[in-house]
Amino acid sequence: MNLWTAIFLGSLAVFSWKILGFLVPETVLDHPKVAKIASLLTVALLSALTGVQMLTAHAQIVFDARIPALIVAGMLLAFRAPFILMVAVAAGTAALLRMFL
Amino acid sequence: MPKTASSKLFSPVATMSLGVGLATGLYGISFGALSVSAGLNVWQTQVLSLLMFSGGSQFAFIGVIAGGGPAALGAAVVSAWLLGVRNGFYAVRMAPVLQAVGLKKLIPALLTIDESTAVATSQEAITEQRRGFWLTGLSVFIFWNLMTLVGALLGDALGDPTKWGLDAAAAAAFLGLLWPRLKERQALAVGALAFLVAVLTTPVLPAGLPVILAGVIAVIFGAFELLEKPKES
Repeated sequence: MNLWTAIFLGSLAVFSWKILGFLVPETVLDHPKVAKIASLLTVALLSALTGVQMLTAHAQIVFDARIPALIVAGMLLAFRAPFILMVAVAAGTAALLRMFL
Repeated sequence: MPKTASSKLFSPVATMSLGVGLATGLYGISFGALSVSAGLNVWQTQVLSLLMFSGGSQFAFIGVIAGGGPAALGAAVVSAWLLGVRNGFYAVRMAPVLQAVGLKKLIPALLTIDESTAVATSQEAITEQRRGFWLTGLSVFIFWNLMTLVGALLGDALGDPTKWGLDAAAAAAFLGLLWPRLKERQALAVGALAFLVAVLTTPVLPAGLPVILAGVIAVIFGAFELLEKPKES
């Protein structure tokens, strides 16, 4: 598969959920247990992506400037900082540490 | 504020829609920059924002590619698809409000995302719900796409992504999307387990699969009601 194919296939895959709800509102999606699984699925995927993005590089576990950057990001989130500010400060923290260490 | 024509034009729901669009647009900048640093070009980044149009799925798609390269394209598609499932629930909620018929369902379907549904369902009257959905959906679509372009051009100009800490920014973006969902004990447990499993299996599993394996954990916890709050009688 090339990148363009993946982009169109992925877009179609995401759209399939959206249109499903409009075409057949009384689907299996109406079941509370399905809703529960979907919300846990979102948590699991986002958490896994956070971990992989924070602690791995080139299929290896790597501890580097991303860890302090994410600790700072977590503190900003705890203080309800805006998303864009939190992301920018995390990037700046990692960039500064790499410049000086 | 005096009641003029302009204050009618910017009714509360319109103001809210515009604000949500602007705020979402701002993190479109980070998406654009991160997408380019993950190896997509400016066009590919822009097409993702135009057609996929779902922040979590788009971040997942480029995140899996950033970690696994061309070998992870299949896993990137599956991760984006799985993260898009909540849009299906929003669509079920919005369908009776919008009452779209036939091919006219395609556009509202594309605009069915966290923000448009949240603003619509925060309104009382059905006409205001409808206005909230359309205004928020369109304003997020416009700002998200404009800012994706700005971010992609910026990312292109920045060069080496790690020098600017963009790898940390990508992790922070996922943490920011995750944060408001970590309220209940079960969600915390699933999140922690998913984090550990994905990191620890990255050296041994093919690229992209650790994230999908983490999704399997969620399905098991949800299906068997593990660690769920005891139901009140």
